[in-house]
Amino acid sequence: MAQVHLKDVVKRYGALDVVHSINLSISEGEFVVLVGPSGCGKSTTLRMVAGLEAISDGEVRIGDRVVNDLPPRERNLAMVFQNYALYPHMTVRENLGFSLKIAKRSQREIDAAVNEAAEILALTPLMDRKPGALSGGQRQRVAMGRAIVRQPDVFLFDEPLSNLDAKLRTQMRVEIKKLHQKVGSTVIYVTHDQIEAMTLADRIVIMRDGHIVQVGTPLEVFERPLNTFVATFIGSPPMNLLSGVIQDGAVVLADGTTIPTPPDLRVAEGRKVSLGIRADNIMPEGHSLPPSAHMAQVEMPVLLTEPLGTETLLFTQLAGTEVQAKMLNPRPVRPGEVLRFGIALDKCHLFDAETGASLRS
Amino acid sequence: MASASQHRLRKRLLRVAHLTGLFLAMCVICLPGLWVVLNSFRPTVEIMAKPPVWVPQSLSLDHYRAMFGGAGEGGIPVLTYFRNSLIVSVTSTLIALLVGMAGGYAFARYKFKGKAAMFVALMASRAVPGVALSLPLFIIFGRTGIIDTHFGLILVYVSMNVPFTIWLIDGFFRQVPKELAEAAEIDGCTRWQAFWRVEFPVARAGIASAGIFAFLTSWNEYALASQLTRSANSKTMPVGLLDFTSQFTLNWGGMCALAVLMIIPALALTFLVQKHLIAGLTFGGVKG
Repeated sequence: MAQVHLKDVVKRYGALDVVHSINLSISEGEFVVLVGPSGCGKSTTLRMVAGLEAISDGEVRIGDRVVNDLPPRERNLAMVFQNYALYPHMTVRENLGFSLKIAKRSQREIDAAVNEAAEILALTPLMDRKPGALSGGQRQRVAMGRAIVRQPDVFLFDEPLSNLDAKLRTQMRVEIKKLHQKVGSTVIYVTHDQIEAMTLADRIVIMRDGHIVQVGTPLEVFERPLNTFVATFIGSPPMNLLSGVIQDGAVVLADGTTIPTPPDLRVAEGRKVSLGIRADNIMPEGHSLPPSAHMAQVEMPVLLTEPLGTETLLFTQLAGTEVQAKMLNPRPVRPGEVLRFGIALDKCHLFDAETGASLRS
Repeated sequence: MASASQHRLRKRLLRVAHLTGLFLAMCVICLPGLWVVLNSFRPTVEIMAKPPVWVPQSLSLDHYRAMFGGAGEGGIPVLTYFRNSLIVSVTSTLIALLVGMAGGYAFARYKFKGKAAMFVALMASRAVPGVALSLPLFIIFGRTGIIDTHFGLILVYVSMNVPFTIWLIDGFFRQVPKELAEAAEIDGCTRWQAFWRVEFPVARAGIASAGIFAFLTSWNEYALASQLTRSANSKTMPVGLLDFTSQFTLNWGGMCALAVLMIIPALALTFLVQKHLIAGLTFGGVKG
């Protein structure tokens, strides 16, 4: 177990900066998820920590060692790759024990460590198979087993679940979380899937274009997004954003609809803003959560419905913008039907229309 | 019902036609080889008979006996030729494989200046017919005194085979995901260990096939060897075949017998390695 510190870390390819001066401190035993759209530099950052990618500038520290110039083998890490990278010519047992064999441990030690890892991951019946004879989920578990056998300081995961089908992904997500609770190692996990990030992380690091946009616990980034990028990236369905202008303490939308500003926000008159409302905070009357102290009402036509069982997702329109709303205890809704919706104002967000920055702080 | 049986009949007819076609094609490919083997066991009279004798009347080992016999009885230094061939082919194949592995790996894994141009140049060097080089080679080898030596032939065959082995092995290393080596490095390997313990075994099948091609090229090469070898010092088996021609006669039977001896090791090697050629080409370690 170890802390990981990134200080002003830069990755440059020729004249192109792909990671711009990143600062991040990860404490011992923490599960940190780097999340962002593809090309945001999250994998590159992880690979720099792993030593698979040279660091152009700045400093990476693991524990109390600066590891900038250490090769991967001297950093005492384990990494799970997106395509698993199991050694195809070795059996599961050999795959699991490979790192210990390289480290010239005794056969007894290797057997003990391998058997323990196999026990944890339920791989025991598969030990003599080659990776080619395993299913996707089994390969994934072998890859994880290979990582825990080493008892590394830090676990690195590079989109480990993106090759699995939806059901298996949910299952493996739980297994990874359990594993972390059991082993307690520091974990850096890269994904583009915000649900994985929310469910797994102690802290989420949201990246875009080589910059860190926001760092926080899952609830922090969900409830207090720093800008529209985070607001729309985290949470499913994405937050609805309605453009408008502040007049008399209310947001006036393009078609003249007036929605009061969230209660704890003071915004200058005439300022152009985006009003952010999550689908969970805009629900049709009679199918919603108990109303809070600050509610606003709007009428919107329903264009499309997505029944999900316990709730139905309603695609509606307000001032020319598509708005997604949730309907609890759903009843069938005809397309075109106009419903009256309640907006929980204290859960709404205001962003500057130009910069996208949150007006909350 | 009628149409179903018609369908079945048509399917059967197609199958018969298919097999007949295959049989004819195989005849065209195999007959010369079979004829060589057959002739090596037949008396010269029968080989030369016109019209040809298709079904052999008598078979004997006379040609083989004569070949291994003394000089006066039409014997030639078969074992020496065989040894020369073996030394030259095996050595040049090993060197070509080593260079090919280094080069192929570099082309598959690294980015460097002039990579594309270098690759094209290597391939273009294969487009030059070997015979066109025989005279310059003869002169240079003559001047440097490496004519009629194993070393000279090995040099030629290595340079003939290297572009090809690089090209083949490059292709096989491209199929080995680079994450495998990265995983090995994280697991504690040095770059060198990662190559030998992970990437090399995974690409082994491809490297074996490059080896076979290189070996067969050297083993069967005639045009250059006939120019660059003079005596039993370095003469290889293909050149040895010419020993059976003299001013007025052509000893077809002896030639065929030597040809059979040439085919055997090549065939044996192919059989030995073919398991590797087929197996291991399906990688299961990563999922795309």
